[in-house]
Amino acid sequence: MKKIMSFCVGLFLLLGCEKKDCCTNLEPITVTLQFTHNWDGIPINSSDFTTFKFTTEHGEQISIEQLRYLVSRIKIGNFEKNYQLINVGENTGLELVIPQIPQGNQFLKFTFGFTDADNIDGIYPDLNSTSFNVPMMMGGGYHYMQFDGKYKDSNNQNANFNYHTIRAVNMSNPMNLILEDTSFEVEIGTFELSKNTTIEIKMNVAEWFKNPNLWDLNVLNSVLMPNFDAQKMMSENGRNVFSVGTISN
Amino acid sequence: MNCSSKEEELYLPITYNLEIPSLFSEKLIAPVIPANNPLTQEGVALGKKLFFEKLLSGDNSQSCASCHNPQNAFSDSQQFSVGIDGKKGIRNAMPLFNLAWNFDELFNWDGSEFSLENQAFEPVRNPIEMHATWKNVAQKLQNHPEYPTLFKLAFGTSTIDSVLITKAIAQFERTLISGNSKFDRFLRGETSLTPEEESGFNVFMDEAKGDCFHCHGSNNNPLWTDNLFHNNGLDTNFTDLGLGAKTGDPKDNGKFKSPSIRNLAFTAPYMHDGRFATLEEVINHYSEGLRFSSTIDPLMKKVSQGGVQLTTKDKADLKAFLLTLSDFEFINNPNFKNP
Repeated sequence: MKKIMSFCVGLFLLLGCEKKDCCTNLEPITVTLQFTHNWDGIPINSSDFTTFKFTTEHGEQISIEQLRYLVSRIKIGNFEKNYQLINVGENTGLELVIPQIPQGNQFLKFTFGFTDADNIDGIYPDLNSTSFNVPMMMGGGYHYMQFDGKYKDSNNQNANFNYHTIRAVNMSNPMNLILEDTSFEVEIGTFELSKNTTIEIKMNVAEWFKNPNLWDLNVLNSVLMPNFDAQKMMSENGRNVFSVGTISN
Repeated sequence: MNCSSKEEELYLPITYNLEIPSLFSEKLIAPVIPANNPLTQEGVALGKKLFFEKLLSGDNSQSCASCHNPQNAFSDSQQFSVGIDGKKGIRNAMPLFNLAWNFDELFNWDGSEFSLENQAFEPVRNPIEMHATWKNVAQKLQNHPEYPTLFKLAFGTSTIDSVLITKAIAQFERTLISGNSKFDRFLRGETSLTPEEESGFNVFMDEAKGDCFHCHGSNNNPLWTDNLFHNNGLDTNFTDLGLGAKTGDPKDNGKFKSPSIRNLAFTAPYMHDGRFATLEEVINHYSEGLRFSSTIDPLMKKVSQGGVQLTTKDKADLKAFLLTLSDFEFINNPNFKNP
C-alpha cells in the first residue's frame, strides 16, 4: 500500500510539474528600482546643476548644487534593504538591483529618511564617512536630505539656500530637546511581477516648495535644521514628492 | 645555486597592519589600500626612506620632507614652498595624514591627482619643485649601495623604476595616521574639555553659528573633512581656478579641497594659498570676510553680511576647540621621522 501511495504522489508531482503555471517552479526574478528626478516633469540630472533653470511655485528662480537624500526600509516581496543614500549630483545610489524576488503580486514601499528606530547617532560608517550626520545638539542621527543651491532673492540677487530635512527638533530648552519623527512612508504600489522588471521611482523636486506649504525662499532659506516648524512643513511637502514612473521589462 | 640566494629569490615581504585608531574603525568605512600595492613592512620602510631621500630632486638638495615637514604635520610653514631652483609655487603645501581615508582618492588642493601613487609622480618632475626626471632619479637609486636590495625585499626585484618608487612612498604615506588628539581622548572618555573648548565645539556644530560640520566632519567623522571641493568665499575674482582648472568646467572655478582641521596648531599658514597666518584670521574670514562669487558654496551662510557673525567669545571658544584637535603624538612619532 505504501508503495502504491508513493507511486501516486510521484505521478502527481510529475504530471503537475508539466503544467506551465506551477507556482512551485516559478523562477524568482530581479527587480531594479530606478530613482529619477524631475521638476514638474522636466528631467533633472547632474548636468542641470548650478544653473538657474527652475522656478518654484512661489516664483523664485533656483539653481541646484547638491541633492542627496536617504531612503530606508525599502521593501518589496520578501526583500528589505536597510537604507540607500541617493546622490543626484554624483550619480550614485540611483539604482537598486534586487535579485530573487518571487513572481506574483508584490507591494513596494520605503521610508523617506530614517524612522526614529533606525535614526541612531553615529552607527552607520558609510553615512559618517560622507558626513551625513546631524549634530547631537539637534538630536543626533542623520540627515534625511541635503538639498542646497542658490535662488534669486526679492532684489534679484543670488542667495544661498540649504533645504536640509532632519528629524524635527524643538531646541527651546537645550537640556530637554523635543524631537518629532518627520520621516514618512512612501507606498509606491503593488506590481504584478512575472519577469525581470525595472520600476522607476520619480521625485518631483518642485513639490518640496509647493504643496501643502507654499515655500517662500526669501523667508525660509537656511538654518532650517533647528527650525521645528520648518521641518514639519518640509515633511508635509515631501508626501507629494514621490510617484511611480515607467515600468519596464 | 646556493641556499642563501634561493632564499632571497623566494623572499616574500611581510604584511604591514595599519594601526587604526578605535574611533576610525568604529565610525568610518575601511581605508583605501589598492590591491596592486598592499602595505608591507619592507615597502613602508622603503617608502619612509624615500620620503626623506634628497636623491629624488634634480640637484640632490630636496626630499618630499623638505616641503612636508613632520613637525608641521607634514605641511610647510612657508606660504609657498621653494623648489630647488629657488622658484616658489602658488599654493601652500598640504598636510599629510589620514590619506588612506580619502575615499574618492582625489589629491592636491585641486583634486588633480587620482590615487596617492599618481600624486607622488608629480613633485619630482615639477620644474618649480624637485625638478628632476624620473629616469635620472631611478638611475641614482639604482647606483646607490642600499636601494637595490631594499627594492628587492619590498617588491621582489632590484630593478628600480618610477612606478615602484611611488608605490613605496604611497605605502609610507598611508601609515601617517593622526588620531590621538585631546578631542579624540575626550571622545574615548579619557579626558574632559574645558568650558571654552566645549562651547567652541558647540559653535562648530551649531548651524545657526559656525556651521562648520557640514564640510569639516564631526565627532562622528573623525577625519574632520569631507575631502570634497568647495568655494569658501575667499575671492570675488579668481587668480587660481582650483578644481575648475582641472575639470575645465567654469562651475568648478574657485573650488578647493576642504582640508582637515586636525593639527591646525602645526599647519599655519592656512587656505590653499596660505593667505591667513593665524587661526584668528581664518575664523574672521568665515565670520565677516566672505566674498560673493558665482560659484560660492551654498553652505557659506549670510554671505551678504560677510558671514556668520560670530561674537568675540564665540571666536575665542571656537579657536580653543580647534586646538583640541592637535595631535602631538603624531608630529613626534619616531616612525614618521627621518631615519
